Amino acid sequence: MGKHDDQLDMKRREFIGKTVLAAGAATVAPGILLTVARAANETRGVTSAVRWGMLIDTNKCADDCTACVDACNKENGIDLVQRPEGASDADWNAQRPQWIRKVKLRDMATQVVTTLPMMCQHCEYPPCVDVCPTGASFKRADGIVMVDRHICIGCRYCMMACPYKARSFIHQNVENQLVAVPRGKGCVESCNFCVQRIDAGNTTTACQEACDKAGHKAILFGDLKDPESEITRAFKTHNSRQIRAELKLNTGVRYIDV
Amino acid sequence: MRSSTGIKRIITGLIPGGLLAVLSMGVMSEPATVGVVTPGSKAASSEACVAPTEEMRRNHMDYLKHDRIEVVYKGIRDTEFGLSSCVECHAAKDDKGGYLPINGKGQFCDSCHEYVAVSLPCFQCHRKTPAEQGASGDSAMTGSNPHRLGLLQSGGGQLTLSADELRRLHVMTLEK
Amino acid sequence: MKKLHYSELWCSSPRYWGGLALLAFIIALGLGSAYYMEHHGHWVTGMSNQVVWGLPHVFAIFLIVAASGALNVASIGSVFGGPMYKPLGRFSALLAIGLLAGGLVVLLLDLGRPDRLIVAMTKYNFKSIFAWNILLYTGFFAIVGVYIWTMIDRTVNKHYKMVGFAAFFWRLALTTGTGSIFGFLVAREAYDTAILAPMFIIMSFSFGLAFFILALISAYWWAGRQLGELRLTKLKNLLGVFIGAVLYFTLVYHLTNLYITAKHGVEAFVLLNGGIYPVMFWLGQILIGSIIPLFLIYSPAFSKSRFVISVASVLVLIGGFFQVYVIVIGGQAYPMSLFPGKEVLESSFYDGVVASYVPTLPEAMLGIGGIAVAMALVAIGSRMLKVLPESLEDPEDECA
Repeated sequence: MGKHDDQLDMKRREFIGKTVLAAGAATVAPGILLTVARAANETRGVTSAVRWGMLIDTNKCADDCTACVDACNKENGIDLVQRPEGASDADWNAQRPQWIRKVKLRDMATQVVTTLPMMCQHCEYPPCVDVCPTGASFKRADGIVMVDRHICIGCRYCMMACPYKARSFIHQNVENQLVAVPRGKGCVESCNFCVQRIDAGNTTTACQEACDKAGHKAILFGDLKDPESEITRAFKTHNSRQIRAELKLNTGVRYIDV
Repeated sequence: MRSSTGIKRIITGLIPGGLLAVLSMGVMSEPATVGVVTPGSKAASSEACVAPTEEMRRNHMDYLKHDRIEVVYKGIRDTEFGLSSCVECHAAKDDKGGYLPINGKGQFCDSCHEYVAVSLPCFQCHRKTPAEQGASGDSAMTGSNPHRLGLLQSGGGQLTLSADELRRLHVMTLEK
Repeated sequence: MKKLHYSELWCSSPRYWGGLALLAFIIALGLGSAYYMEHHGHWVTGMSNQVVWGLPHVFAIFLIVAASGALNVASIGSVFGGPMYKPLGRFSALLAIGLLAGGLVVLLLDLGRPDRLIVAMTKYNFKSIFAWNILLYTGFFAIVGVYIWTMIDRTVNKHYKMVGFAAFFWRLALTTGTGSIFGFLVAREAYDTAILAPMFIIMSFSFGLAFFILALISAYWWAGRQLGELRLTKLKNLLGVFIGAVLYFTLVYHLTNLYITAKHGVEAFVLLNGGIYPVMFWLGQILIGSIIPLFLIYSPAFSKSRFVISVASVLVLIGGFFQVYVIVIGGQAYPMSLFPGKEVLESSFYDGVVASYVPTLPEAMLGIGGIAVAMALVAIGSRMLKVLPESLEDPEDECA
């Protein structure tokens, strides 16, 4: 009797189990199918088949030229940031946003002088993304490291963590912005490879365009994953290196002769 | 003793309750000036927004948030419900023909948000007026995007679609 | 042994209300400063793109570190079974909560977007030590709150031991997290070392106990209650041990860096030629914060003086503040080595040069406001809860 009951019970359990499983499958399946179908159609937007990067030939970078910096300031509306009334020169220089800057170096052993532009190096493993508490600092699928201003709380931990001092905090109210480059008090920002141009289908950054126009051609921007791109070919023929390579961040920006 | 405290409670309950009722009546009796498109804006001359007005009123924040994620994380900038389109269409001009900030007192965004007491932080970072002509950084908004529909803003940033066309476009994109 | 009676701090004297009013005034000044900084933006502060964390962060980290340390007295009572410390457990836990709240207020009000607190509480990047810390802080409030409850309420007292253990491990995790905020940063030479985490724990022992001694003495003075010599002597001697431990960790930290040739630059900066920072290190941390207090604590001439114990505790706190200042600000002021073997001739972004940082009044007011928040919370808490024994006279039978 008892055994018989047990048997029945087992069957009932099995039945319940299978029913739940089937119901579950019926509920979930359309969702999965939909997702799969949508994924197949989703060709818009950035993809990881591309990784944007930059190669800077310091031999071609001219000492007294600031074309890249000026172009960046215009392209990204940095020139619209007003100096606060009453801020001293020193304060303003230390506090104003700078996405790209010219640095002049002298080798202490050989006395060789080099100039180069420094900006966000767009690491493959960016420390700023690691440390951001809210995830506002992030890396796009195409390798561009940028800040989602909507969830940046302005803690500046990314600025503490960045090994290249690439980031700027907006220290004051900003009244005037470009449509494509929002900017406001209390958030952190940095070079994003002119993401608005890239998304519009452009394949040069403002700094490269300006450098080319000035006749130096020291900056080469392109897709590191495309074997046919100019930058990939240049990488093969030139000896380039990453700044602070020992950190193994695999930067997207590399330099010739530093 | 006990009943008196009970009465006291009722009275103390009635006072804030009554106050609330009076206040809410005051709000309701206010003339419904909100919901009117700002005179002098482009939107005033077009028949409908990118979606029916009722829908926009109720859901614009969700549309904006959806598109903001598309733009920031996926780089899809030809979205239908971008904030810049709101500004483009709804910003009014002053007497001299210059644009007024859309979040300014009594302007399109402000009038409603002020009325419902919802903060409007978008314009702490976003531009409050339509793009100036020839601003280089805005090349993406008017320039050579191969993906973009190319209809919403032709060259000068003028809205050249009729309301009917817009609605069809909207349905099309929703189906997609 | 006499039975202990706990009661609320009940003094109607102007001492209590006057003290509270003063604290409220300081808090108001702090909030005003925060509003000023947020309204204008951070350009009105001394902080910049070079020194991104300034005086408010020094105050905040100092308070947060001290908070976890203040819980130690309770932990000694429950985890390590020290009968002399057990009656102090409730107050210790209350002080811990107060100090942490004070520190977090400062940290929050210095954010670029403090209005986005809700974002910080809802969006987490779990690789971020900051995100861990947000969870550790909120967890600390909850666990220590329950800890006080198990200590006060007899009906839940059976869980006291277990909660005590949980709180002890949680506080270790919390300070490890705070130290790791700096320890896990590869970018800057002064950080990037795991020893910062245990060093912060030892620092918390020292700062927390100093805060505790001061708060205890002033609470009993406020209330006009009895506080026995024996207990204070024990606390004082323990403080001496902790000061020594902090010195030891400081020594190991600098020895490690001095052994690594690449770090000689930053060591010279902090210890010798870095302007204000070596002064803060040698005068502030070592002399004022360690040597003089050690002398005061262990010199037989002062062993019974309550005033001297208070002075020693204050000096430990001042020294600790300078220590955190040198770690936080000094670590940022020293230039990052982007191009080893090269000197920077020109840069618009202060590459290769020591960054200057001059704190401004609002920053200091915000930080001091945080301390006032902590003290006000403790004052209010001990008036509302039975955290302080009516008398802490020495037990007749010297059981300890």
